[in-house]
Formats: sequence, structure tokens, C-alpha cells
Amino acid sequence: MRKFFKNLAFGLILLFLYAPILVLIIYSFNDSKIMGPWAGFTLKWYVMLFQDRYILQALYYTLIIAVVATTVSTLVGTVSALGIYRMRSKLKRPYLLLNNIPVLVPDIVMGITLMSLFIFIGMKMGLTTIIIAHITFCIPYVILAVLPRFNRLPENIFEAALDLGATPRQAFWKVLFPEILPGVTSGALIAFTLSIDDFVISFFTAGNGVSNLSITIYSMAKAGINPKINALSTIMFGCIMVLLVLINIRSEKGIKNIQ
Amino acid sequence: MKSFKEYIAYPYGLWMLIFIAVPLLVVIWFSFLSNPDFKAGIYTFTLENYQQFMDPVYLELLYRSFLYAVIATLICFLIAYPLGNLIVSLPGHRQNMMIVLMIIPMWVNFLLRTYAWMVLLSGSGLISQFFRLLGFRDVSLLYTQSAVILGMVYNFFPYMLLPIYTSLKKIDPDLLRAATDLGANHFQMFLKIKIPLSLPGIVSGCMMVFMPAVSTFVISNLLGGGKYMLIGNLIEQQFLTLNNWNFGSAISMVLMTIIFLVLGIARLITGKELDTGGQLL
Repeated sequence: MRKFFKNLAFGLILLFLYAPILVLIIYSFNDSKIMGPWAGFTLKWYVMLFQDRYILQALYYTLIIAVVATTVSTLVGTVSALGIYRMRSKLKRPYLLLNNIPVLVPDIVMGITLMSLFIFIGMKMGLTTIIIAHITFCIPYVILAVLPRFNRLPENIFEAALDLGATPRQAFWKVLFPEILPGVTSGALIAFTLSIDDFVISFFTAGNGVSNLSITIYSMAKAGINPKINALSTIMFGCIMVLLVLINIRSEKGIKNIQ
Repeated sequence: MKSFKEYIAYPYGLWMLIFIAVPLLVVIWFSFLSNPDFKAGIYTFTLENYQQFMDPVYLELLYRSFLYAVIATLICFLIAYPLGNLIVSLPGHRQNMMIVLMIIPMWVNFLLRTYAWMVLLSGSGLISQFFRLLGFRDVSLLYTQSAVILGMVYNFFPYMLLPIYTSLKKIDPDLLRAATDLGANHFQMFLKIKIPLSLPGIVSGCMMVFMPAVSTFVISNLLGGGKYMLIGNLIEQQFLTLNNWNFGSAISMVLMTIIFLVLGIARLITGKELDTGGQLL
């Protein structure tokens, strides 16, 4: 009996979490513009989706922004984390405090402060401003992921490598870098996910003309229900599932290799 | 490590000054100005933006944001705490599977998740049809207060579950057994051992739900249809449609103050920095 209630609880919560997504997927194949009763199977929403130039362009911008923001923030974040690790001056505390601000402050405040700055200094809103904004909110997460790795390093590992005859370059790439790599990878992953998923900060720093997927979905959803969005979410959900399965297979392989 | 000098961190320091510190200062400065004309170099300092916020209309809006966020946080907690306990009682590999299952929806774009509820709740949607079958007359749940709160609960629920689960998992089961052996009944064990030991998780879970909920404008716009303005909507409106940046800045400062007050209280309760569970990824 206890087990029954336990399973019922899990079932209910999973229903709550997945029902909305499943409904979107089902309706993306429904041959009717309203979300009413089933009116037959169709793929026309998918066809219309791929003919919609705005959505395709938004997808393109989303990817460009995410790739640039992830690359820059991972590089800068990792180098800065090394610098912070070596910091002995009084600067360290205010530096880390400043770095934590984008994590603590609500997105909307980050969005309007950056927007105010861009307009105040007369910068034209567009791709550049979104990318700057994304880099600004991504770097703190990279640093938060990488810094603990540096702090965990043995004290003189770099000098030891040099003493044993490695050139500084070798010591960095062969000794130091592998140690911090897991932090760098997860930092990059966090940055990429945050950038792809961001709506609020992009919304305020985009101006007219440029819009990413989130902004496009928002303006479409505000106008009401639109079956093209259903098709889009089905595709995106499918990609996520494929990605998860791939990650799973890879990590299982990894475990087997270790064994 | 002496080969690396701290100054390699300086470029990002400069970046932070330009894109984090200066923008914040600009907005703080804006909030104390009245109708500045920068081209003519005219700006007067004033407190009127903050005074304007003391209007009952805006105070009600502040109260509503606070109320919705608190209700959403409470509902999330009431679901997540028992659920966390249930998950911890599962065998190891099934625990991980369950947690992954709870996180996957988070990977779907936030706006799509909110939009999905628009579909479900709309007049022709499944839930309304279900109510109609039960004999209720047209119940459109979309664009109601409950829809807004539901949207908050749905979107931020995993933020509550993860820290709670992590802190429950850390509790040594022997402690619970020891408590019962020493004569505590189930209720006492729960109240005096389990709750205090999982308090850090509870507090950070509550923070992680409360903060995005109190500052959202997307959920209230899409699921409330703009009928239930929250503080986030007010900020968005002042900046994007009414172009009253000075008032908008003042409201943002009020919002920031609320957030930092709540953060401060959370820190007082747990006595240390927030632990967010760190496993959203």
C-alpha cells in the first residue's frame, strides 16, 4: 500500500512536469489552428515553421550569440580565474564581489542597467550589445566553475613540472590544464545553456531588428496561441532528448573504459 | 605558480567595472533625477521618483508581487519537501534517474514551458474541456491569478527540489535511527532532527524560487494576460513603453533592496553563503 502511494506521488509529479510538453508535441501534429479536439494528423506546421524567415533568422542569431559568448567567456573566465587564484592583494574581495553581482541581481535589473548604459553612451542596439550582455552574465558562472579547481591544485605543481624539465608551455598544457579541464568544460556548458536559454537580458539589450529565439517566441506567444511554436518546441525537445541520450551513452562508455 | 601574476585578471576587472559597476551606478543615479535633459546639461536631483512609488497603486502592485512570489515559494516547498524525502528513500541508481527526470523539463526553453501552459489553460484547452465534462460552465483558467502562480510553481519547482534533495541526502540515516531509538516519536524526529539538518537546503531552495518569481514579468504577461501587473511588469513598462527611465530606475532599486533584504535574512537563518545544490547541469 505504501509503495502504491509512493508511485502515485511520483506519477502525479511527473505528469505535472511533462504534461504541458507532451500536449505541445501532440498538438504540433494536429490539423487545426485551435487547440481543441483532434482534427487529424498533419505536418503543415513544421513546413510553415521552416518557411518562416523570422524564426530561422532568430535561430541563426541564437546560435551565433551562444557560440561567441561561450567562447569568449570561457577563455576570459579561465584566465581570470587563474589571476584570481594568484591574487594576494586587497583587490580579491571586491573583485569577487563584483563578479557575483550578475549571479545575485535579478535578470530584469541586469537587463535594464545594461540597456541604460548602452543608450547612455550612445551605442547602437543590436548583435554587439546582446553579445556584450551575454558575455557579461556568462563569465561569472565560468569563474565560479573554474576557480574551485585552481584552489584544489597542489601548491607547487607548476614549479614541480618546471623542475622536472618541462618548458613553461609544456607545464601549462600537460600538467596544469588537465587538472582544471573539468571545471572549464562545465563552465563552458553552463555558459552555453544560459546564453541559449536567456530571454530577459536579451530582450532589453536587443533593440529592434535583431532577435533571438526566446524573443521571437515571446512576441508570438503574446499574440496568442500559435501552432508553429508547438512545432518549434517539439523539435527543440527532440534535440534535447537526443543530446541527453548521447551524453548518457558517452558517460557509460567512459565508465566501461575505466573498468 | 609564481610564473602567473594576478594582473592577468585585470582585463576582466576592467570589463566588470564598465559593464557591471558603471551600469548599476548609472541606474542608481537615474533614480534620483527628474526629467533630465542631458544634451542641455540640465538635471536636478530629487526624491520624487521614490515618492511616486509610495502611491497606493504601486504599493498594491508591490504587495501583489510579494504575495504571489511567497505563495509560489510555499507551494513549491510543500511539494518538494515530501517529494525530496520520497526520492531519498529510493535505492541509489533510481534516485539519480528520478532527479534527472525532474530536471529534463528545465532544459526546455523557459518561454516554451510558459507557453505550454497557455495552451493547456486556454478556453479550448484540455483542462477547461475536462471541467466542462464535469458540468462546470466555461471556465477559462488562462489570464487569472491562479494561472500566474501556477506558472511560477511550474517553472521554478526544480530550483526548490534540488537543494532540498541534496541536503536531505547528506543526512546520516543513523542520526534518524538514533533519535527513534532514544525515544523520539516520528513527529519529534522530523521536527528536531530532519528539519534543522535540511534547513540550509530549504532556505536556498526558497531563495531560488522567490527571487525569479518576485522579479518576473514574462509569466504575468503570458499567463496573466497583462491583467495582474507585477513589479517586473512595471519596470518593463517604464523602460520600454513609457520611457520614464527615472521612475523605472527607482522601482528597480526598490526591487534590488527587497532581494538583498531577503538574501540577508536567508544568510542570518543559515549562517553561511547559500548552497544552491549546484546540479542544475
